[in-house]
Order: sequence, then structure tokens, then C-alpha cells
Amino acid sequence: MPALPIATLVTMVMLAILAGFITPYDPVKQDLIHHLLPPVWAGGTAAHPLGTDSFGRDVLSRLLFGARVSLSVALLSLIIATFLGTTVGLLSGYLGGNVDSILMRFVDMILALPTLLIALAVAIALGPSFTNILLIIGLMIWPRTARLIRAETMLLKKQEFTRYARAIGVPGWRIVLRHVLPNVLPTLLVAVTLEIGHVILVEASLSFLGAGIPPPQPSWGVMIADGRALIATGWWIALFPGLAIMITVISCNVLGDWLRDRFDPKFKEI
Amino acid sequence: MAIQVPALEARDLSVTVNLRDGGQATVVDHIDFEIGAGGSLGLVGESGSGKTMTSLAIMRLLPRSVNVESGQVLLAGEDLLKLDEGHMRRRRGSRIAMILQDPMTALDPSFTIRSQLAEPMRQHRHLSGKALEEAMVSALEQVHLPAPKRILDAYPHQLSGGMRQRVTSAIALAGNPSVLIADEPTTALDVTTQARYLQLLEELQQTHGFALLLVTHDLLIVKQVCTRLVVMYGGRVAEIGTVDEIFEAPQHPYTRALLGAIPVIGDDVHLESIEGQAPDLRDQSPGCNFAPRCKFARDVCRTSNPALTTRGEDHAARCWGTEPGGWITE
Repeated sequence: MPALPIATLVTMVMLAILAGFITPYDPVKQDLIHHLLPPVWAGGTAAHPLGTDSFGRDVLSRLLFGARVSLSVALLSLIIATFLGTTVGLLSGYLGGNVDSILMRFVDMILALPTLLIALAVAIALGPSFTNILLIIGLMIWPRTARLIRAETMLLKKQEFTRYARAIGVPGWRIVLRHVLPNVLPTLLVAVTLEIGHVILVEASLSFLGAGIPPPQPSWGVMIADGRALIATGWWIALFPGLAIMITVISCNVLGDWLRDRFDPKFKEI
Repeated sequence: MAIQVPALEARDLSVTVNLRDGGQATVVDHIDFEIGAGGSLGLVGESGSGKTMTSLAIMRLLPRSVNVESGQVLLAGEDLLKLDEGHMRRRRGSRIAMILQDPMTALDPSFTIRSQLAEPMRQHRHLSGKALEEAMVSALEQVHLPAPKRILDAYPHQLSGGMRQRVTSAIALAGNPSVLIADEPTTALDVTTQARYLQLLEELQQTHGFALLLVTHDLLIVKQVCTRLVVMYGGRVAEIGTVDEIFEAPQHPYTRALLGAIPVIGDDVHLESIEGQAPDLRDQSPGCNFAPRCKFARDVCRTSNPALTTRGEDHAARCWGTEPGGWITE
């Protein structure tokens, strides 16, 4: 049953949306008097249940507002990557020949680039901002989706039912949209859910390097980066965003697997 | 009376494959045949004889590395090979359709039979709404599927192989084509299902009046369904004629060997096998391509290729040994 991961993800999204109502603190406001307070069960105060960081900012508030940033970066960059990757993959796999060669060499080229270095260079050239980072991530990760969809499309193209559709005069674009795309959706869905974790981590790395979400804006990646130096004494600063990432990724994976089984018509009740 | 134009005619059709090493192999070598309106022709040969390539060439669905080298494919007098892709696409399904080998994978697993049967009906007959629904039900009734309404809502995996092949036929015929190519339509079915499917094919041919090109390696299937027959060997027509005449008096040693390899129940006669292997299509030797396997072969067979010569009213074969004055006697 996928009830648990769905509930977890819905809760996560709701918490992100309602962040402003849940916590009274401004996630970027510093309060140096109350800096480095531990969580409430480790000797802290109920005013800051998950403690504060080295600038006295409330960890819970930053976690919730950070969820907003991290989840929207993940969602929006995945939309860009999935759209691009699926389009290129379908075209490349179905048309084959020169179109395929050109598109795939382009994909190889992007895959050969070190993602972080390029993202870093671009981010520095354009200046770090929310829009830039999701564009960068989206444009760097689509080749993986494209390759996957291309491989699936090539398989489906050789299947009798797509050849059959051609034999009874169904136009090529219709075969792609009606017979290829629906049959790659389960794979795409699983791939996209698995990609969420990757995207969140890329965002975190970029933010850590100063090329992502510009501080003091919180994102889970920024928070882990903030906590790294203090991991021995202020462990709670990095621990909670780390847990948040882990829970989100696991939930997405479990959900993705369940969806795959669900979408496969072989599993439908007779 | 007007001259009857054949429903489908292949004229001097040659198909070549581009090989990886840059060479070419001729898989279909200048073949000629025709099917009259409502007629039925069996295309028989072993694997690699070019029969599937012939049917794909007619449909213009050849794989990328395979090309039509020369010749014409005339559908009711119109050369399909000269059409642009858009016009050809509109011919497929509405004028000429094809049933493929494997009914297990010929249907899209993600959609119900309804949506797959509706596709060609919308495309070619522009049906919709109630008329479409009725047409779909009657299409399934025509292929003798019980409870058509329930089958419309079923997914392919919920149907048996025989049922799927029937659905596939209904889809192929949805656009009312005048020519149907069936490429090994019964290979994936078991023998009893096969027999019933062949009966259905004959019946559909009578009700729809399409001309049938049946591609198979099984002479008995041809005998059951077709009136005329082409035997292909190594891309060439070895023998062509009416089924009756060829079964009665086969003129090519290869045809004879094939007929000799058909088991008869209750018969003690040892089944003859054909020695050797199918010819290498890259081989450009000047002789008859069956000569290396032919037990009657003489020097002339190895040095010059016999022409297709008339052996009866509607019967021709390509063999030196059985021509008038030849050395092969029964």
C-alpha cells in the first residue's frame, strides 16, 4: 500500500505551503543571543523545537521554508528535463537515422560535461537566482531521460503493434503519441521519481558552492552546507534537512514503484 | 467488356539489402506475379527466400537498409512505389492492409480493443459516435468473436492468441481494403486454432471480396486457402501456377522436394529432406540458384540460369531439367 509515502509527501508539500502559518519566525532573521540552541529534547527550549543555527535562526522555520525552495526547484527543473528529454528521446528513437545520430551526439556531449562545473560556471556568469538554478538543473539532466526514452522507443518501434499501426495507415506522429508515449509512461514515471533525489542533491551541491539558491534564503541543501562546519557540536543544523531529503526521496521511490505496477495493464483486474 | 485490372501486381520487382561491409545482396530477384480481384495467391518459400521482403516491399514498409532496386507494385493499376509517403499512408489500411505474424504482440498492451479498432475506422471511414460503435460490434461479429461488447472493453492480455488474431484481422479489415497481405498469420497459433482461423480467412475473403496474398512456408495452408501459388527460392520465383496444377505436376525439383516433405497420415513413405542450406544471397554465380542442392543438377544448371518457361495454361517454372527435352522424368 502506498498510503504511507503518499501521506508523507502530501504532508511535506502542505508543510511547505503552510510554512508561514506554522512557525512564527522569519527563516532569515538572525538572533545572535539565541544562537546554537540544541533541539528541545537535547536541552533546548520549546520556543525553538529543533534548535537554532550559528546565526540564531530557527531550524524548524528554515526547514519548512527550505522545503518550499527545494521542492519547487526539484519539481520545476524536472518538468523542464522531462519535457525536453521525452521529446528528444521519442524523436530520436522513432525517426532513427541521421536525426538520431545528431541528437544522440548532442546528448553524449552534454553527458560528457561535468554537471557541477558547468552549472557553477553558468551560475556565476548569470548570477545565482532561483530561476537560473532550475533552468541549469533542468538543462543539465534531460539527456539521461532522453536516452532512456530513446531506448524504450526503439524497442516499441520494433514491436508488432507499432508496425501493425503503420500497416493499417496510422500516421507517424499519431503512432508516437498514441502507441509509443503511453507505453513509455510507466518507465518515465519511475525514472522521474528516482530523479527527484538526484535533483535535490544537485541543488544542494550548487547551493553549497554558492552557485545555487543565494543565501540567506534557506533550502535543504543550503542548510546542510551551513551545518557542515559545525557537524560535531551543532549536529541538528545539518541532520534535520538531511532527514527531510531522505524521507522525501524514499517516499518518491516507493510511490514510483507502486505507480509502475499500477500503470502496467497486466496488473489490472480482469 | 473492359479489361480486368489485377487487384495487385508485382512487376519485375527486385529488392536489395545493403550489407555492413558495403556490399549488396539481392533478396528479391526480379519477381512477377499478379492477383485478380477477389483472388488468392500463396507465396511459399523457406526462411530467407524473400517472401516477407516481398510483402514488405509491397506495403512499402521495408527496413531502412533494404531498398527496392527496380520494378513496380501495381495496386489496381496504380504504382505504389511512385507515391509519396503521405499518399502511401492513406492507401495502407483503406486499400491494402497487412496481418502480421504474431498476434500476441500485434496489439498495443496499453489500450482496450475498442480504442484500437476505432483507430482505423475513424481514420479511413470517418465514423464516430453510434455508427462507430455499431461498426465495431459488427466487425467483431464478422470474425466470430463471442460477446463483442465485452471484448471491446478488454485489454489484449485478456484474450487468447486465437482471439487476438481475430481482433487483428478485424482491425486490418476495418478500412475495407481490396488487398489483404497475411504474413504467416497462423505461425504463432496451435494447430486447431490455426485450422479455424484459416476457415475464417476464407470466409472473410468471400464476404469482403478482398484479394489475398498469403505468405507462408506451409504448402498445406496454401492448398486449403489459395487458388494460385508462387514458390520462391533464394529471392527468385521457382514456380508459379494454380495450386491444383502444381500439386498435380510440380515442375521444379524444389517444389517436388517440398511436396515430398509433407507427411501423410497413415502413410509409411519415408519423408524426403532437402540436403544443404538456403543459398547465400551474395553469391553471384551465373547458374540456377538451386543447383547446389539439386540432385538432378547438370553442368548447364551451374553455368546458366534457366528462364521461367510456360508449363501449362497457368503454370510456369524455372528449371532446365523439366523443360521439354529435359532429362528429369518422374
